[in-house]
Amino acid sequence: MENENEFSLQFEIKGSNFGNAGRVSTEIKEILQEIGINPSIIRRAAIATYEAEMNIVMYANRGTLSLNVTPEELLIRLDDEGPGIKDIDMAMQEGFSTATDEMREMGFGAGMGLPNIKKNADKFTISSIFGKGTSLEIVFNLDQAEQK
Amino acid sequence: MTLKEIKDILQAEVIFGEDSLDLNIDFAGGSDLMSDVLAFGKPGILLLTGLTNAQSVRTADIIEAKAIVYVRGKKPVPEGIRLAEEKGIPLLSTEFMMYSACGLLFSRGLKGVSDHYEKK
Repeated sequence: MENENEFSLQFEIKGSNFGNAGRVSTEIKEILQEIGINPSIIRRAAIATYEAEMNIVMYANRGTLSLNVTPEELLIRLDDEGPGIKDIDMAMQEGFSTATDEMREMGFGAGMGLPNIKKNADKFTISSIFGKGTSLEIVFNLDQAEQK
Repeated sequence: MTLKEIKDILQAEVIFGEDSLDLNIDFAGGSDLMSDVLAFGKPGILLLTGLTNAQSVRTADIIEAKAIVYVRGKKPVPEGIRLAEEKGIPLLSTEFMMYSACGLLFSRGLKGVSDHYEKK
């Protein structure tokens, strides 16, 4: 991290690796703390990242998370190889879920993940190709005036 | 209310964080559903849960919970304890079931997360 104002990092997330689920989000949270991002943004970013990471662990085969920090914004992009989402509007509804019993036993799969990511983000875009994978872009404004 | 008082009210066992019993706790929330915890949790919350996997501690860390109480005599998996030690999150275990544990704390004046935030 030579230039602390602008950098990007990549992380791999493995599907079904429940033991490590959430580790990337914890790491990102620590990085954001280290570079002195506003704590309320860190909190929102950590929640959104964790939900997104859990989604990859639960549903996809594998995925990558890239963190891009500029003086203006924090961009977290997740791309996975997995089943994709058939109906995104449906998936964005609170309570809609295709989770298995195993996922629910882990405390997830209540259909709150994507809506909660959107709620925490300043900007959120999702795209998916059914049968192939899903991509998320989660943006947090670092510019005070545009923050939630 | 201090964590020590919470421990006494719930007759709880300290799994980790014996040194942190003087922590002050202002509000609490209880759920086995981490999705809900991520949606309603606020920094400083005391989390009561019956979920014992590593995700219970991971979630507490993400929402910046002050401590976790496991209900119904449950204890987290060793990986969860390790993570709590690393993150400095005290862990307690009580024999009371969720409803009773929450009720006992509420009746002694520990507010729920929403009451606490409405008051502010």
